[in-house]
Amino acid sequence: MRGTAAQEFLRQSVEKTADLEHRRIIRWNIDNYDTAVNRGKSRFADWQAARDRCQQVKREALARLDDYLLQFEKQVVARGGKVFWASNSEEARNYVTELAVARGVKRIVKSKSMVTEEIHLSPALEKAGIEVWETDLGEYIVQLRNEPPYHIVTPAMHLTRLQIAELFRAKLPDVTADDHQSLVAAARRALRKAFFSSEMGISGANFIVADAGMIAISTNEGNGRLCTSVPRIHVAVTGIEKVVPRLQDLAVLWPVLATAGTGQPITTYSTLIGGPRQPGEADGPEEFHVVLVDNGRSQLLADPEQREVLHCIRCGACLNACPVFRHVGGHSYGTTYQGPIGSVLTPHLRGQDFNHLSFASSLCGACAEVCPVRISLHHHLLENRRNAVRTAGQPWKEGMGFKLWSWAMRSASRYRVLTGLARRAARILYSMGYEGSWIDPAAAWTAYRAAPAIPRQSFRQWWESQDGKR
Amino acid sequence: MPRVALFIPCFVDQLSPQVGIDMVQVLRRIGCETYFPSEQTCCGQPAFNSGFWDEARPVAERFVRVFENAEAVVCPSGSCTTMVRNFYRDLLADSPLREVAAALAGRVFEFSEYLVKIAGVEDVGAEFPHRVTLHESCHALRELHIQSEPRKLLSRVRGLELVELPHSEECCGFGGAFAVKFGMISAAMGDAKAANVDSTQAEYVTAVDPSCLLHLEGILRHGKHRARTIHLASILACESSREKGAAL
Repeated sequence: MRGTAAQEFLRQSVEKTADLEHRRIIRWNIDNYDTAVNRGKSRFADWQAARDRCQQVKREALARLDDYLLQFEKQVVARGGKVFWASNSEEARNYVTELAVARGVKRIVKSKSMVTEEIHLSPALEKAGIEVWETDLGEYIVQLRNEPPYHIVTPAMHLTRLQIAELFRAKLPDVTADDHQSLVAAARRALRKAFFSSEMGISGANFIVADAGMIAISTNEGNGRLCTSVPRIHVAVTGIEKVVPRLQDLAVLWPVLATAGTGQPITTYSTLIGGPRQPGEADGPEEFHVVLVDNGRSQLLADPEQREVLHCIRCGACLNACPVFRHVGGHSYGTTYQGPIGSVLTPHLRGQDFNHLSFASSLCGACAEVCPVRISLHHHLLENRRNAVRTAGQPWKEGMGFKLWSWAMRSASRYRVLTGLARRAARILYSMGYEGSWIDPAAAWTAYRAAPAIPRQSFRQWWESQDGKR
Repeated sequence: MPRVALFIPCFVDQLSPQVGIDMVQVLRRIGCETYFPSEQTCCGQPAFNSGFWDEARPVAERFVRVFENAEAVVCPSGSCTTMVRNFYRDLLADSPLREVAAALAGRVFEFSEYLVKIAGVEDVGAEFPHRVTLHESCHALRELHIQSEPRKLLSRVRGLELVELPHSEECCGFGGAFAVKFGMISAAMGDAKAANVDSTQAEYVTAVDPSCLLHLEGILRHGKHRARTIHLASILACESSREKGAAL
């Protein structure tokens, strides 16, 4: 482990795992999620077959990613839209910011988009003097708290209704009561004003549909449609890996995304957008821009071992399934994408300072088991660990330790002598009451657990003592 | 009589030898001839999981050579079985022993899997008059797809009352080096597991992986919980007529 990101993760993990109220809230939310998702999956004639199909579609898309993206671009341009190819965060940020400044935009409404979080778009816009309103309720709540989203699908999962009520009373003018409806109504009143006074709307895209030349957006609150149709300018920011070959692929991807994400059969609003307002149309924006963000993705595409990480449809299922996420919570990661997918992906997006996340896993595989597009997440964590040791190295003590270990394990007699000595030393140490003290070499273990009773005899000693006597 | 090579993981050899001994007793009782290739050390998983593949590889190659002539290899740990069966493929992808390892992978079995699927035995003549709950060890469950086997075996143990563990498929928090590098997360996961065990009012929590149990036993004792851990092999080793020390 190295660098401050790793230290910060450790610090936050210690704090959050000790916070029983936090653990209770997350557990409660995820238990509800589990119930909804199990019900959702049972609606499928064959959930496993649906996963297979989604995996196939994504594989097909990645195999000819360039062709599909060009096919998409051609049609958007033909309808009068613009497509900008951003090779990194900075290019994407600059394009949107410069566009907003050039058009004299003062206020922007945003619907939920993790890619805009990834490229740190809002701070750049705010720096240019533009007001940015998150309009997804969860995103709006964390924005009011000056916090990043806690979870890629459920940004305010860590908060209770009462905490939100307290926040709203402090920040919004007319909060009448603490019940769900009153709180939603208060947010709605504030957001309505923003929708109708913004010059630009920013959205993400859940899918880029190549044959139709459209982006597909799944939302639940209606804010997505307002963001993309009311303001004069609509900018969609999305990752290049979101492309799918055919419109008909959404027939499986839409319900699978909704089911894995929240347990819904399909999200409340499923929107397809192919360009700005066309001649003869009554509404829609005057300008339509799509920013296609690479930001490390084509590097991942070139890696046959981990290419499938780009299958991810950002449903959040692996976060909810992850026992580490459940205990440390979303903010501890310090990344845009939390949980298993974040631990796998972030070193590719942000470099070796985030290698430690791949080690912060028990490799239980619950993530891969629930992934609707069948990404072998825990196996990729193992590969990341290997890559981390090869390229970034590990603390010298660990490196030396494993060299010594490897040498010892390559001879049964060395193994026998060394383990025998270690066992004897541990017996003496623990019999003298040094368990868990500073001289206990296993203190990292015994700090949280009672030490095991160290047996006098190993299995092989037992075997030799009885061999032939059976 | 089937001849079975015993694969005793290093930490079982050193820290939980009784699990190995109990496995031998059960295998002998159902008529297997057992032998212990004394050249074995470790399968290489600790280094592999920590990212030190170059250090793990020669240890894995050594394991393959030690066991290459065995007809069947039986191991009392789902995780170490997984290492040989699933992960050697990746670790030894460029090794000259790659083919030998792939062939060996098909002959290495986790203990409960061997009993039920290969030996075709569910009733091993055990008696264990206690209230027991079953934790599903992750590697056995998700890598080897072992789920019904331990249940089948437990259901035939005389006197044993099997109670369902809530969230039995959730990781106990062990995870090898993870348990030490991220002790506080590991322990929090263990605490959640211990709370679920408490809710069953079981006297024992069992599993097919002694590594989960080593961690969980430490958590249960540290937190002054009532339940104790016991490996499946140790339950099955308790013969009907005489009850052996259960907590060994």
